[in-house]
Amino acid sequence: MNYEAVIGLEVHVQIKTHSKVFTRVAAGYGHPPNTLTDPVVLALPGTLPVMNKAALDAIIKAGLLLGCDIAPVCKWDRKQYFYPDSPKNYQISQYDQPMCLNGSVEIELPGAARNIMGEHKKIPLTRIHLEEDVGKLNHHATDSLVDYNRAGTPLMEIVSEPAMHTAEEAFAYLTSIRNTMIYGGISDCDMEKGQLRCDANISIRPVGETKLGTKVELKNLNSISFVRDGIAHEIKRQLAVVAAGGKLIQETRDYDGQTGTSQSLRSKEMAHDYRYFPDPDLMPVHVDEPWKQKLRAECPELPFDKQRRLLADYQIPYTITSVLIPDRELSDYFEATAKLAGPGRAQAAGNWIANDLLRELGAAKLPLSASKVSPQNLAALVQLIDAGTLLNAAAKEVFIEMFATGDTPAVIVARRGLAAAPTDAGELEQWCRDSIAANAKALAEFKAGKESAINAFKGPVMKAAKGKANPKLVDETLRRLLAATN
Amino acid sequence: MSVPLHFQTIAELAPQLASGRLSSIELTQAVIARTKAVEARVRAFNSYDETDAIDQAAASDARRAAGQSRGPLDGIPLGLKDVIAVDGQPLTASSKMLANFVSPYDATVTQKLKDAGAVLWGRLNCDEFAMGSSTENSAFGPTHNPWDLARTPGGSSGGSAAALSAGAAIATLGSDTGGSIRQPAALCSLVGLKPTYGLISRYGLIAYASSLDQIGPFARSTEDAAILLGAIAGHDSRDSTSFQTEIPDYRAELKTRRGPWKLGIPREYFGEGLDPEVGAAVEKAIAFYRAQGCEIREVSLPHTRYCLDTYYIIATAEASSNLARFDGIRYGHRSKDGKDVLDVYQKSRAEGFGDEVKRRIILGTYVLSSGYYDAYYLRAQKVRTLIRQDFLNAYREVDALITPTSPIPAFKLGEKSADPLTMYLCDIYTIGVNLAGLPALSLPCGFTKSGLPIGLQLIGQPFREADLLATAHAYEQAHDWHRRTPNL
Amino acid sequence: MAQSPDLNIDRVAELARLALTPEEKARFSAQLGSVLHHIEELAKVDVTGVEPTAHAFPISNVWANDVARPGLSVERALINAPAQRDHMIVVPKVVE
Ligand SMILES: [Mg+2]
Ligand SMILES: [Zn+2]
Repeated sequence: MNYEAVIGLEVHVQIKTHSKVFTRVAAGYGHPPNTLTDPVVLALPGTLPVMNKAALDAIIKAGLLLGCDIAPVCKWDRKQYFYPDSPKNYQISQYDQPMCLNGSVEIELPGAARNIMGEHKKIPLTRIHLEEDVGKLNHHATDSLVDYNRAGTPLMEIVSEPAMHTAEEAFAYLTSIRNTMIYGGISDCDMEKGQLRCDANISIRPVGETKLGTKVELKNLNSISFVRDGIAHEIKRQLAVVAAGGKLIQETRDYDGQTGTSQSLRSKEMAHDYRYFPDPDLMPVHVDEPWKQKLRAECPELPFDKQRRLLADYQIPYTITSVLIPDRELSDYFEATAKLAGPGRAQAAGNWIANDLLRELGAAKLPLSASKVSPQNLAALVQLIDAGTLLNAAAKEVFIEMFATGDTPAVIVARRGLAAAPTDAGELEQWCRDSIAANAKALAEFKAGKESAINAFKGPVMKAAKGKANPKLVDETLRRLLAATN
Repeated sequence: MSVPLHFQTIAELAPQLASGRLSSIELTQAVIARTKAVEARVRAFNSYDETDAIDQAAASDARRAAGQSRGPLDGIPLGLKDVIAVDGQPLTASSKMLANFVSPYDATVTQKLKDAGAVLWGRLNCDEFAMGSSTENSAFGPTHNPWDLARTPGGSSGGSAAALSAGAAIATLGSDTGGSIRQPAALCSLVGLKPTYGLISRYGLIAYASSLDQIGPFARSTEDAAILLGAIAGHDSRDSTSFQTEIPDYRAELKTRRGPWKLGIPREYFGEGLDPEVGAAVEKAIAFYRAQGCEIREVSLPHTRYCLDTYYIIATAEASSNLARFDGIRYGHRSKDGKDVLDVYQKSRAEGFGDEVKRRIILGTYVLSSGYYDAYYLRAQKVRTLIRQDFLNAYREVDALITPTSPIPAFKLGEKSADPLTMYLCDIYTIGVNLAGLPALSLPCGFTKSGLPIGLQLIGQPFREADLLATAHAYEQAHDWHRRTPNL
Repeated sequence: MAQSPDLNIDRVAELARLALTPEEKARFSAQLGSVLHHIEELAKVDVTGVEPTAHAFPISNVWANDVARPGLSVERALINAPAQRDHMIVVPKVVE
């Protein structure tokens, strides 16, 4: 029998705010233990929650970006369970009236090759709701230590329909959510910092069957590649169980990315009964049209839409767009540079960004925002090369100096004397004649129609010119002379 | 003046302080002395700090000397129920669970009283986590009614009532979830006000039932209640349920708002279970208002009989959730023999909570549990809507309602502790008000033949405390019940 | 309404994280049995079409702007901690 896997993801995204979701002490990562608390975070007796407007804005924005229906009214519920990282022993969440319903996430599957765009599809969403994060447990040999810095950080839970079928789809889904959230300024989605977390519900069923099979919840998929590996592993495991005549049980499994294995979480914890009920301490949220309009106006173009536009408007290769698109600032930087450089020069601009700029930023461990190379200067560099004023080898040197100093290429070229030499036309023609005369074999090939044979003449010319000849001019001169040669 | 300092009202003491005839230190010392004289018998306090109180009094006197008095409460010793947070002071909720807890922050009302210059004096006993009607459910032992030490002062704010009644404070704050201010006020011959839900910030009040709890004053007169209410009322950005509303000068309004009012007598509040002496005293009060030209009308609140059940479902459900944080992890009692985290939870909570708290947590957990939510909790919320509607319907015809506060006067300590249900019935006239979120007050309206205080309850319209206080003031002006003090 | 108050005290005490003695279980069951019996009265109320009341007053959109303000120092945050080490709360080892 042929089986297919059915995968649904629950993705938690930490919203980037200054303060926590239900109190105004600072939210943050990497601070000394228990230095981001206040009486509300610690659930001291008598404390009360107050909503953070920015967290509401962020989830509505996320909903708009993913095409969700924004609930006109949503409310807050208490999800009750005891755990040492949960100060109130209930989590303020949204049960039956979440902020966002429906919507979808556009994903791109791997293409046939690295430079070919893959298939796109839309994974439908069930809902997105807002809730609060819990603290962090640090496990030691005989005890555990609790740090509540993370407790109360705004957290968005994005729940997909069980509509994915491969680990690749799940990977693509998570990548797309991450890119979208980063574009929207909603979260930095750094999985290492726990800003993006993923649980997967996985089942298999015979192809053609419409009912879902026995579901296994896979937890701790805490890096984007573990998501792919963990899901692939779990699908294989389920297929093997069924192939061996075994029966799958509904369980929660913990994936260990280091060993590539998973283990059933057989906690002796009693079955959950969350006893959800409306939180009497918080008032409902009414979302009206003007509020939505205001946020809609702040929504950026979605990553895939932008990619399609860059491909169409700038005629750049897919591979360059796949470098640029995941980074909103970088793709904006590209667009600015390409516009300034002028028609026909976008690909060159893209190459400089995707190769040289990223390489230098990486080596210097700097973000794009710290780059001294302005789009104006990079565009100017591309133009100098295109005009033949600057040779590629020299341009590389100019770029390094632009990166280091922020100076314009013109200034650097002048300072370093890197301009292509204003060659004497007669001298150049002589060098070309000499080169043709010295290479009968290449001449014969060229005459026989092998276009690329012309390159064989260029080396000696350049050598004679000490590398400073304008390659465009060299090419033109050679062609003129070759045409006149029998 | 023949009345000792510790039995005077804020309205009487404030001018003496203002003129310099009296210092806050003198007054505070008088209250401390009185407390020490009676506390062994009354047991209204969970703790107090004399040095701290004298320091506060000295600061008040210094302010006044510098011409920077903060008004009528500056220098007045006030007691707080031990469920209201004061930075640096114990906060126990009369529970073993919090026996060693010290609050690192101020409740909003605490901050407001500090801003008004009050001298915060003592932590007052109550039923554990404000659950009860007799102040017997306290880990620190029961409080005694100053009018008869063998009897309860009522509850849950029994310490706040008993301390004030005994002269161990000039006014106090309590909290009222189902009658916990009004019933003890009635049983101790005091004015006790439960404000409209949302008028006073709950930030810093240990939550019992969040949708019902309100902080309110106990006072020796409606004027004192008005002064205190004015000091603590108002919107608070730390409490999302706090209401944005104009706060009038309640004290000034007492004298300017005059009747005659249209007063409603809800017939459901005068039936079975009402003590005849209480009933007679309330009838006399009604007759007084009638004689003053008020129109008295019988009204019906048909869902009254469902108030108790609705209350016990909603209150215990919310409580079961609110009290989940008391788990022995971050603060509070932690069992010495917890093998693992689950064990720490179960044993700490078993050791830290008293019986009534456990009962209510169990009931509340049950009514929210899977399969029962709709039948109990959701249904109770719907009945709550009907109960609230009853009151709003009545207010189309009348300005306020008159009822007894408690069906019975102070009962003997231990008399009702064996049977929770009979204890719950003490609240039948007060809980409807909490379910509807309305303001109500209890004021003294007489004594039984055996000398036990009787309280009259006036129920007002949302955020119209000024009218409610003025209506009570009119009665108070013509009677002197509130000026009597117990023989201790 | 539930047909009869069938309070499973073991299950409920587990959910509420309360270790109860057999004596307490018996006593609370009996006491709450009579309370629940009383509560059965609510089944008689016709609540068709009645909206539930979650809050005494229907206000909405109560929030604060996202401006961080100082919280508690770690010393004050842990002032009531039953057990602490390295500025963290100590609990028995949690097995996940
Ligand atoms: Mg009570
Ligand atoms: Zn979640």
